[in-house]
Amino acid sequence: MTENQTRPNKLHWLTSFRHGPTLALLAIIALFALLDWQFGSGRFFSPRNARVIVNSAALIAVPALGMTMIIIAGGIDLSAGTALTLSGTALAIAFRDYTIPADQAGAATWIAAALALGLGVGILCGLVNGLIISLTEMVPFIVTLGTMTIFLGLGQVIADESTVYPESGHLPDWLRYLCYTGSNSDHYWLGFLHIPSSALIAIVLGLLVAAVMHFTVFGRNVVAIGSNASTARLCGIRVGWTTALVYALAGIFVAVGALLYFANVKNGNPSDGTGKELEIIAAVVLGGGSLSGGRGSVLGTIIGALIIKTISSGCTMLSIPNTYTHIIIGVIIIIAVLIDGLRNGAPKWLFDRLR
Amino acid sequence: MNPLLEVTGISKRFGPTIALENVSLSAHAGRVLALIGENGAGKSTLLKTLSGAHRADAGTMSLEGRPYRPSSPIDARDSGVAIVYQELTLAPDLSVEDNVMLGRTGTGAGTLLRSNQRAAVTEALHRVGLHHVSPKARTGDQSVATQQLIEVARALISDAKIILFDEPTSSLPAADVDRLFQIIDNLRSRGLAIIYISHFLEEVRRVADDYAVLRDGNSVGSGELASITDDQIISLMVGRDVDDLFPSVPHEIGEVRLEVEDLGAAPMPKDVSLSLRRGEIFGVAGLVGAGRTELLRCLFALEPTYAGHVRLDGRRLPHNVRGRRKAGFGLLSEDRKSEGLAQNLSIVENLAMGNHDRYTTAGWINLNARLRDAREWIKKVEIKAQDPGQSVSELSGGNQQKVAIARLLAQDAEIYLLDEPTKGIDVGTKAEIYRMMGELAADGKTVIFVSSYLPELLAVCDRVGVMTRGRLAETRDADQWDEEELMVAALAAVEER
Repeated sequence: MTENQTRPNKLHWLTSFRHGPTLALLAIIALFALLDWQFGSGRFFSPRNARVIVNSAALIAVPALGMTMIIIAGGIDLSAGTALTLSGTALAIAFRDYTIPADQAGAATWIAAALALGLGVGILCGLVNGLIISLTEMVPFIVTLGTMTIFLGLGQVIADESTVYPESGHLPDWLRYLCYTGSNSDHYWLGFLHIPSSALIAIVLGLLVAAVMHFTVFGRNVVAIGSNASTARLCGIRVGWTTALVYALAGIFVAVGALLYFANVKNGNPSDGTGKELEIIAAVVLGGGSLSGGRGSVLGTIIGALIIKTISSGCTMLSIPNTYTHIIIGVIIIIAVLIDGLRNGAPKWLFDRLR
Repeated sequence: MNPLLEVTGISKRFGPTIALENVSLSAHAGRVLALIGENGAGKSTLLKTLSGAHRADAGTMSLEGRPYRPSSPIDARDSGVAIVYQELTLAPDLSVEDNVMLGRTGTGAGTLLRSNQRAAVTEALHRVGLHHVSPKARTGDQSVATQQLIEVARALISDAKIILFDEPTSSLPAADVDRLFQIIDNLRSRGLAIIYISHFLEEVRRVADDYAVLRDGNSVGSGELASITDDQIISLMVGRDVDDLFPSVPHEIGEVRLEVEDLGAAPMPKDVSLSLRRGEIFGVAGLVGAGRTELLRCLFALEPTYAGHVRLDGRRLPHNVRGRRKAGFGLLSEDRKSEGLAQNLSIVENLAMGNHDRYTTAGWINLNARLRDAREWIKKVEIKAQDPGQSVSELSGGNQQKVAIARLLAQDAEIYLLDEPTKGIDVGTKAEIYRMMGELAADGKTVIFVSSYLPELLAVCDRVGVMTRGRLAETRDADQWDEEELMVAALAAVEER
């Protein structure tokens, strides 16, 4: 009987529906499979192409896991793309200049050091963002817009404004085949399943983040801060400290994403990251993340990354030019956010009319 | 005399929820009708139906004998029905005259007003007593009270025949409330019909001629105010006899627990010293802006202080929120919507916020224990909700407040800092909150109770202090005060300056 109770209305079936992203992914797969079967080569709906899609989605999904936490906390990280390639470039330089061929004795130490460097750069990038945001209380959008170009510039400085190519002999096998999508069972961690190792990493990390967000005090505090930072402060939650930690943790996922990206292309180009942050953010938003904070889902984010990569793969298979792929993905994002808005009673004029 | 506005048998449903059922009322020219009811009784829905924001499912309305079916708020205004909402609806960056003319045909923000329009704006401002306000001034720079009067001026300029006030005094300090009442008196004497919505029976008595009571979406009584007692009105509102508006729980006052010494912050409070005992309920009266909220926030270490210290049981406390919470302080925010609760999170999440330690081992939360605990609190403080997972924004004001209070209880606080805990909630829930405060005191807790509603302070508290201009001016035992003396004390220092 309360006046401001949510009122079931004619769009109730839509507002109560919670599997939008999953359904959208299935619909998109079905659509492309059909189109490809009719007009294309018929290779879209094949195990091999599934592996390619899953691998490229993992490259987006891993950094998007960190972005999911940031967005749930009510923030945003525009520097994720250039931080990723900064970390990847540092990794490439380490493998080019400071390691020995992987088959020589003692190489493991050097490789571990290179990986630690890449990871350290990623965490440092996140920590810088987090500390600036929590100490200065500036808007995350502006702070990370600044660090975005800083990380790009830093990457170009350490790479001498070129692309870094390490010798392939310096890369250990496991790293070289991290993003392998071919048909040789030996190169998969689970040889009998043929799932790219990158995807396994994304799944394990995804489970970890989901568990942290649901079952730990830290995770619930992040949700509380994103929903209403004033309330969180009132309840004794350390808002600044938690926020800084979220960005630093996101740095870990950026660094793992950089490792996967490096394993995929086997070089380090600091300029590759420009625009990647938007793809990462799009994955989160497609998965139901709300840029006003408090809402987002790990499973949704992974599905969001799959949606983006399924569309680009499907378009490639159908020989649709890249330019149109951009348009299609853009339209899908807007439709997804619109549907998400409908679930939450927006736009208001439509709901008022339907009452 | 025929009524100016007559509402007959209005019903309105939202899905399965019946918001209004067969509601009838009539408002007469030159009279003030008080619309009374608990939160959730359907007052706002009725108001929105009258203003054209909602359309009724059944029933008829007539204005001056002609059928009245507004299709939108603008249509309603053109017909002569204007609303002054509880929350201000002015554009703060526009000038006063632009705001008064906002939405009128033929004008828009920023366009020049014709000279006859400007004259009309000035006249409307004068009629609401705003002689001193320049029509060119920026609206956001005016005080809340002035802004509210600008809203009234906006209603007047549209040649309103009937003006609806939705709890207009909830954001006004007492002195401005009086001014508003004078203006309403003035509007009545000019032959307008007024519908006045309020929780406060004293106000209703002061300003209204007639009453209509809603309960659970039904009209349960109406007539002349002179012919009914407060107790009768209340029993109409809550549907049962309320023998005790202020239930008191006997409690024993023990040793000194909280000592505050010369607490100072910029700009408020100034040099506040206090000493509170176990089992004591201490009331803080004062005007809005006297520094009462700031005092509580400084005690909770939410705001920085530059002087003084706070001791609990003789121990000096560090100045940070976590430390204060750990020491047993709990603050109930005056602003439930934007601070007290995370509106879009569930009841469970809100109850657990900051209290997660209770169900956590090594950082991992036992979700079942958390849910069980939430269920218990919902039962204990009688929160009316469908499900613990329901989002807090879907609850009524009174039930939201109960969630916020339950969180303090779950925290097992020792010192309760309650900032306007009964603001905007219905009579029945108010009584429950008074009882809870009494039980806390009986349980040996210490309560600081900030309120603008003097009767509740005098009835519930052991001692009451008055704040003026950031200072704690005078403290007496509650039975040594009466309302008038409190008001005088609250205003005293203001006049001194």
